[in-house]
Amino acid sequence: MSAVAAARNVTFRYGDTVAIEDVSLEVEAGEFLGLIGPNGSGKTTLLHLLLGLKEPDSGSIELFGEPVADFEDGGRIGYVAQQATQQGSTMPVTVEEVVEMGRYPHRGASRLTDEDREIVRDAMARVDVDDLRNRRINALSGGQRQRAYIARALASKADLLALDEPTVGVDAESRDRFYGLLDELNDDGIAIILIEHDIGVVTDRAERIACVNRELYHHGDTESFVESDALERAYGATGTVVHHHH
Amino acid sequence: MPSSLLTTTRSITRRRLLQAAIVGVAGTTVLLLAFMVSDGLASLGLPGGGLAAYLVLVGRALGAITGLELFSFRFVWYSLATGALIGIVGPVVGIFIVHREMALIGETLAHTAFAGVAGGLLIGSATGWSAPLLASALVAAVIGALAVEWLAEHAAAYGDVPIAIMLTGSFALGTIIISWGGGFSGLNIEAFLFGNISFVPVDGAWLMVVVSAVVLAAVGSRYKQLLYVTFDEQAARVARLNVSGYNRLLIVLTAMVVVGSMQVLGVILVAAMLVVPTAAASQVATSFREAMALAVLVGETSVISGLLIGYAYGIPAGGTIVLIAIAWYVLAVVLADHEISLSARSAS
Repeated sequence: MSAVAAARNVTFRYGDTVAIEDVSLEVEAGEFLGLIGPNGSGKTTLLHLLLGLKEPDSGSIELFGEPVADFEDGGRIGYVAQQATQQGSTMPVTVEEVVEMGRYPHRGASRLTDEDREIVRDAMARVDVDDLRNRRINALSGGQRQRAYIARALASKADLLALDEPTVGVDAESRDRFYGLLDELNDDGIAIILIEHDIGVVTDRAERIACVNRELYHHGDTESFVESDALERAYGATGTVVHHHH
Repeated sequence: MPSSLLTTTRSITRRRLLQAAIVGVAGTTVLLLAFMVSDGLASLGLPGGGLAAYLVLVGRALGAITGLELFSFRFVWYSLATGALIGIVGPVVGIFIVHREMALIGETLAHTAFAGVAGGLLIGSATGWSAPLLASALVAAVIGALAVEWLAEHAAAYGDVPIAIMLTGSFALGTIIISWGGGFSGLNIEAFLFGNISFVPVDGAWLMVVVSAVVLAAVGSRYKQLLYVTFDEQAARVARLNVSGYNRLLIVLTAMVVVGSMQVLGVILVAAMLVVPTAAASQVATSFREAMALAVLVGETSVISGLLIGYAYGIPAGGTIVLIAIAWYVLAVVLADHEISLSARSAS
């Protein structure tokens, strides 16, 4: 398997504060990676580094085998930011307009084609937001909005889905449905990087775990993470993983 | 009638009304631009000036019947044409600016343009070379726009601090230059500050035509990217859109619109045409495309009616335009509130 994203000996500082120190990890095609760590541990920073939103002070990042600075095929990555449910909170944008954005990297200055519109319709149907397509995104519940953002990633035909605490502010039922959808997409071969504060959710879903707190405390399969002491070392306290059963 | 059918019927009616209104706006603008082209051809001694002469004649006839003589004056046609373009390009750029939470940028760039006018006058009085004031305003506003963008990028986020510094700083510079130049006798500072229907010179109207063509071409060809960057900047960066480039483009387009609009609205009020129509449209629009169309309608009706009322009653056109736009905004808030109440009632 080839890596869709790779960090090699990456260090990043905010001023004098080291946020990420000498972290190396790879995300393989079709992999479901859970990225966990305590608050302020650098999870979002690491994700931003992997996606090219930040430049490392040292080390290197590759996306789909290319140095991140040279990577231009933005349609291959779907991204749902932290607090995405607050995005454009007063902007009159419909669900369909949001999902269409997934086609924009493929079209440049040209208009969307009939094929693009069909892809958009399919993506909305896949995550069950087609009935909401003419609704303003800010009129939807948190769970519905997150599904619309996933539809945007599907419309872009993304091979990698990066999600930063996507279910903050989303009710429990919608959250379970959302994670069920992620499982399905991962089964279809889409690689997923998920930042989630609920470790139980991550260990239930992800096949591999990266546990960070400035440094990388664990990067490997979920079973070995659960059996290791990485959690205690990274979080600085003893704790156990609570598994969710629904 | 079942509620889904009622909703569909309302949606179709709304779409048709909007389409009819847009056709009305486009028709009015084309007529006014046709006057300008025709009058321009006549002033160059070329054939084709008949339409302008005919429209002025119609204006005189109307004046004889109604007592309202304004359409018999060429300058009114130029002001209306300039106003019609402001009513279109102000909201077209403003909708992106407002939703990027940069509503005050227009005010800032207008003050920068004011410093540019003062600078142009100073250069003129010192060298004897009379640079067109709108050109010096445009140069200053574009430099100011790029400076705000640079400050915002280096302050790591858009905030109101760089905007406030640029706003007050450029106005301070303008007032010092004007004071230094002894008030530049002959300059109608009030016309720059508050706008004036008789202030739009022929070359000013043509500048607005060029500005509008550039703005509409830029937004038309980069609509998708501007929408994506406005809605979700981080996701747009991940999608490898040139976010910094589009931010710069947007802010430079804003500077151009501000300088063109300054002639009618004045430095103090120019931001209103960027902000108020969008704010009104966003209350009731069901999509971004509809919001843009509605904002143009609000802008256009405010500018044209404000100019006419201002002239008819001898009150400042800029202030009248802004108050009409704000009346639209209040109406939109009431309508949106009514819509929410109806939805809540039908849901319960």
